[in-house]
Amino acid sequence: MSDKVLMKGNEAIAEAAVRAGLVGYFGYPITPQNEVTAYMSWRMPELGRAFVQAESELAAINMVYGAGATGVRVMTTSSSPGIALMQEGISYMCGAEVPAVIVNITRGGPGLGNIGPSQCDYNQATRGGGNGDYKLLVYAPHTIQEAIDLVYKSFDKAEKYRNPVMILGDGALGQMAEAVVLPEMREIVDEDKGWELNGAKGRAPRSVKSLRLAEGKLKEHNWHLKRKYDEMEANEVEYEYLENDYEILIVAFGTAARVAKSAIKTLNEDGLKVGLFRPITISPYPYDALRDASKNAKKILVAEMNTGQMLFDVKLAVCDDSKIEFIGKPGGEVFAPDEIIEKVKNMVGG
Amino acid sequence: MKVVFERPESLLGNKTIYCPGCNHGIIHRLVAEAIDELGLRESTVGVAPVGCAVLLYDYFNFDIVEAPHGRAPAMATAMKRVRPNLTIFTYQGDGDLASIGMAEIMHAANRGDSLTVVFVNNANYGMTGGQMAPTTLPGQKTTTTPMGRVEKQHGFPFRMAEIIGGLPAVAYSSRVSVTNPKNIMKAKKAIKKAFENQVNDKGFSFVEVLSTCPTNWGMSPVDAIKWIDDVMSVYYPLGVFKDIDEEVQK
Ligand SMILES: Cc1ncc(C[n+]2csc(CCOP(=O)(O)OP(=O)(O)O)c2C)c(N)n1
Ligand code: SF4
Repeated sequence: MSDKVLMKGNEAIAEAAVRAGLVGYFGYPITPQNEVTAYMSWRMPELGRAFVQAESELAAINMVYGAGATGVRVMTTSSSPGIALMQEGISYMCGAEVPAVIVNITRGGPGLGNIGPSQCDYNQATRGGGNGDYKLLVYAPHTIQEAIDLVYKSFDKAEKYRNPVMILGDGALGQMAEAVVLPEMREIVDEDKGWELNGAKGRAPRSVKSLRLAEGKLKEHNWHLKRKYDEMEANEVEYEYLENDYEILIVAFGTAARVAKSAIKTLNEDGLKVGLFRPITISPYPYDALRDASKNAKKILVAEMNTGQMLFDVKLAVCDDSKIEFIGKPGGEVFAPDEIIEKVKNMVGG
Repeated sequence: MKVVFERPESLLGNKTIYCPGCNHGIIHRLVAEAIDELGLRESTVGVAPVGCAVLLYDYFNFDIVEAPHGRAPAMATAMKRVRPNLTIFTYQGDGDLASIGMAEIMHAANRGDSLTVVFVNNANYGMTGGQMAPTTLPGQKTTTTPMGRVEKQHGFPFRMAEIIGGLPAVAYSSRVSVTNPKNIMKAKKAIKKAFENQVNDKGFSFVEVLSTCPTNWGMSPVDAIKWIDDVMSVYYPLGVFKDIDEEVQK
């Protein structure tokens, strides 16, 4: 018998991180992710672990940077305008190679926008956002169970690459409730990884830093980081590919992909040949897999809850703009399956 | 032969990049001596600022993390929470602490973690070439106050040691200078106390050190020292603004 429990997305994300061995959580309230901070405020102290409600997102991400530099598992969660403020710290952490997990439960933007679910932070998540040559490993779950599994896994990946990992969800994922299975509670092991700052007892002092003034040092470091991202691209790319017999391929991530799945079910029942390609890592992007998948498609539909951000990556993968159409839903709203159904029917000349 | 003076173990042998007559070097030494005397070298992690003291890892013989401009106190809070057995201190300039990082220092002090903050007030931004800092004195000329700081236009300087001393969670806040041997001894005592408080988990401890910047003040090292004694210490009085131990004795 599986131990299924009904959980809200935000709380499930929090519990998954706790079970992954989180030692410190640092956050600042912003809708639609407030349940994470509230959950952590009792859950972490209950286990004798650290929780701080920071004075701002700037402080929160720098708490994550500081605690992460001591070699323990750390996390923050926020939403769009909050993540915008965190970009400073994220850039520093990438430069200093400090692992952490950062969850963005996005809302509509730009600016204060609204609190509805949106995918308008795709570019911010996948193209850096802060200053400098850096990238994050970014996962885009489309169900709560997937979010749990990816959060749990993210800590290992962050440590493996000594790089922050981002989970890009949206308000729908954070706010809905589903029956889920939680992963096992991991024991916290504090073994020296060879770089963290835990007091120079019986060893030479270490530093964690992003400043590289000496001639050629920064160039060397940036090539080192680039090799790391290449390694992620070789090892970490994930996607879901509904490889049925299709003429039209829908490319969507996160909540939009979830809606696309229901649309595809109806379309298939109506006798239309429609498939789905869903990137799970949106950075690194599954370019090669999508290129292959696109060869079987007469038309490709990119569906995003924004005005067309992943569209750019799809174009890079497919290299044939004439095949590609776009349906967008900006402004903090989720697609209705009918909107996608109608669009596909138009595309096949219905 | 008896050794009467040597480099503290907590200090590396590297030459500093500080300008001649700059007090950063003396202040580093006092921090290193205090850590040595308390036996904390192998359990200390320092948080370096953005400013002239950014290269702390080249000078101190223990672990150092480098903060973004002004954010050192937020980092320190979290470091102390996840590893309470470490001794955590930040070393920050006045631009770093009182301008861009004003929110971080106020909130860290207000949370009352047992942390040690060494605050170097040289009344301007040294590293970026001598612009106005929140601590620039009324009338003081800098590259961005060419006619001198005018309160009506630029606001009043912050007296950080007094402000921090006013917060309930703070264990200790004082202001010292290193302009002569007597002041250096006092500064040493204050810095050592700020670390001792951390060891004894007494709460947040803050030491403001008035410091020279001869290069950007356009003064000789000797005149810069004199300016601290004659002018800066008048606006920024030396002394203890909070000490929970004293209150207990009262
Ligand atoms: C976000 C950000 N803004 C501005 C700077 C540029 N900057 C570097 S050092 C500095 C001033 C440092 O002055 P202070 O803290 O007083 O230290 P000092 O150099 O005087 O010791 C500034 C503004 C920066 N590095 N980062
Ligand atoms: S610029 Fe000023 S503060 Fe910086 S090293 Fe030179 S004298 Fe010291």
